Amino acid sequence: MTISADHTAQHPAPEAQTPGAAAPGPAPEDAASEAVRKFGITVEDYMLPARHQIQMVGPDGTLTPHTEQGAQPGHEYSLPGDDELLAAYEQLVVGRRVNDQNSALVRQGRMAVYPSSHGQEACQVAAALCLSEGDWMFPTYRDSVAVMARGVDPVQTMTLFRGDWHGGYDPSRHKVGIQCTPLTTQLLHGVGVAHAAKLRGEDTVVLAMCGDGATSEGDFHEALNFAAVFHLPVVFFVQNNQYAISVPLAHQSVAPSLAHKAVGYGMAGERVDGNDIVALLAVLGRAVRLAREGSGPLLVEAHTYRMQAHTNADDATRYRQDSEVAEWVAKDPLSRMKTYMTDRGLLDDDRAAGIAEKAEAVATQLREGLSEEVPVEPQDLFKYVFSTPTPQLKEQSAMLADELARDATSKSEVAK
Amino acid sequence: MSPTLTTSSEANGNVSAATARAAATAAAKAEQTGPQTITLAKALNTAMADAMHADPSVLVFGEDVGMLGGVFRITDGLTKTFGKSRCFDTPLAESGIVGMAVGMAMNGMRPVIEMQFDAFAYPAFEQIVSHVAKMHNRTKGTVKLPMVIRVPYAGGIGGVEHHCDSSEAYYAHTAGLKVFTPATVADGYRMLREAIDSDDPVMFMEPKKLYWSKDQVDLDALRAEHAENTERGTSSEGRAAVARPGTDATLIAYGPSVPTALAAAAAAAEEGRSLEVIDVRSLVPFDDETICASVRKTGRAVVIAEAHGFASVASEIVARVQERCFHHLAAPIRRVTGFDVPYPAPKLEHYYLPGVDRILDAVDDLQWED
Ligand SMILES: Cc1ncc(C[n+]2csc(CCOP(=O)(O)OP(=O)(O)O)c2C)c(N)n1
Ligand SMILES: [Mg+2]
Repeated sequence: MTISADHTAQHPAPEAQTPGAAAPGPAPEDAASEAVRKFGITVEDYMLPARHQIQMVGPDGTLTPHTEQGAQPGHEYSLPGDDELLAAYEQLVVGRRVNDQNSALVRQGRMAVYPSSHGQEACQVAAALCLSEGDWMFPTYRDSVAVMARGVDPVQTMTLFRGDWHGGYDPSRHKVGIQCTPLTTQLLHGVGVAHAAKLRGEDTVVLAMCGDGATSEGDFHEALNFAAVFHLPVVFFVQNNQYAISVPLAHQSVAPSLAHKAVGYGMAGERVDGNDIVALLAVLGRAVRLAREGSGPLLVEAHTYRMQAHTNADDATRYRQDSEVAEWVAKDPLSRMKTYMTDRGLLDDDRAAGIAEKAEAVATQLREGLSEEVPVEPQDLFKYVFSTPTPQLKEQSAMLADELARDATSKSEVAK
Repeated sequence: MSPTLTTSSEANGNVSAATARAAATAAAKAEQTGPQTITLAKALNTAMADAMHADPSVLVFGEDVGMLGGVFRITDGLTKTFGKSRCFDTPLAESGIVGMAVGMAMNGMRPVIEMQFDAFAYPAFEQIVSHVAKMHNRTKGTVKLPMVIRVPYAGGIGGVEHHCDSSEAYYAHTAGLKVFTPATVADGYRMLREAIDSDDPVMFMEPKKLYWSKDQVDLDALRAEHAENTERGTSSEGRAAVARPGTDATLIAYGPSVPTALAAAAAAAEEGRSLEVIDVRSLVPFDDETICASVRKTGRAVVIAEAHGFASVASEIVARVQERCFHHLAAPIRRVTGFDVPYPAPKLEHYYLPGVDRILDAVDDLQWED
């Protein structure tokens, strides 16, 4: 293992001057001056988000004129390639189908709970597509579609929500953290994964995800500050869907935007139309690239909307107007992309039918996978608490086994 | 086995010149081979240094652990020896320290992190309870978190508030955490090496009042013991130790209370009473076997702990022993613990701490006349 990086802050640590201290490492990287060199702009212009959110395709599906895309010097974005757009569109359709299917399964009582990302599919898909194979994603409970778009088996992804176990996939194999409920705690795990990779000289980038409400949590602050101070390749991706359960963003923060929070940590922030997958791919793609090149962490805020209730257990009519929801129907990420792709000649009826078929196959997989009654194994309760069970756990496991054995005997006696 | 207590009155939880001097002297002595007198602080420091030598994935970080060597000097010299990539200071953010360690442990490292004081680990409670303790279980063992959270804990050093909490029960109560607490210099080395080797997370509770206690230990012999254990796949993990053999009653203690229990046993011996002292060492996993064997032999027991008694580790020990040894007991098991009050100010801590007299009073109460 090579440990090469000097991961202290941009500023030389005081110990560097102290006699007898560890030899100072190579000149510490400096995100700010790097950006100034790269883009020919000031540090402030690099770190502050562009004056307006980045948007490339508007709600009507037409290309936003270049002058109105929101980009400014140092924040210019180019259109992703056709293949990338097609792959993204396909995932969008699959993602919407997954959301609808899962909501139906909850209604049918086949899943305990589902926090839907309906309306946020562009964010979900872009989050997965911007990463390379060796990169890591740290998702929240709402990011099931992103997890699947990253390649995790749909049924395994839903294990958590079906209630069989707290997680159904191997995070190390997929490089996807287990979907996290304690708000923003996962951001720090992302920071740790990036830190470990950096110490080993690997070029891993971590995408750490959270919602708008979560930005008020203490771990949000600690994670951004750690990533900045240790100069780590982490892209923090905030899906601002306007609500934290019932609480609107205005009660959460009065910052000019959530992306503006970045500058306080010494990192760059950007905001993007979260229902425009073209812009999302461009903005997240650039952020991942910059992080990989050593520009340190970045914060991307996507403006989107939670079209449905927080989960099936929530009643959104208690805190918001239908008219507000209707406004966002017009900004739907799928319909605008369909129009754009069709107009560009990238999508015809055949292709659309093929994509719909793929989405249907995933839905079928979910329906079949989740209607299968997988027997739970009571002894699993004790198996994974530690690598080796303690004597106390062995005792308790024996007690349960005995209870079950006696249960079985009395049942068979009743049957006789 | 019994360490000499040399707790300095200057050492009030802040860094004192005396501590630094003690550490420096200990460092010089550590170069010798064979049996030597060292502090618990030095034993812990040596355990980390040896683990870092043995495995490049072992990292140490926390607040002031770098150049300063920690406010208690337990990480002294690690940055100098291993460089700033292996032992480094973090921003002041305990949740951040623990959360980042979780991610590092997920990604191939073995972080050994320091919480500066017991009460300053509370900001990290969510990370510890919701992630450190649960990751292995929720991922069905596919993600292991080989990490050690070192916590200087408990009082007896005249520390101001928030510097003397006995917080072990919070962690022992949380399923998925191992909780170790050494009471001797040799165990400082032995148990910290085992904690670092553990594939499961360990809360390593260091009795801060014993940091400067000294004992004769042979570090090379401890290293050889560790190497041998590693080779054989054995360890002392999860085992209690008989710190002093006896026949009339059992004193069950851990961490900072072990020397107090030993002092009580010595005083009782002068009065003709033979007390066995058990050093629990590992709160999780818990060694029912050793402890119950002792109580079955003596028929009487007193549990001693600095923490508040209510809903405590001491309560758990009493419950376990009576469940298993009821018919061997000649008297109800007694507890000598801290009162159920917030840890007192320095001038009052003496009234709070379980001392020799209070232990002997409890022993006297064990229905000897029946
Ligand atoms: C530490 C913590 N506090 C409270 C909750 C309960 N809770 C779950 S989701 C949620 C709202 C989060 O809103 P936001 O971050 O905007 O994400 P969204 O649900 O909108 O995707 C709350 C309060 C929690 N999961 N974790
Ligand atoms: Mg929200």
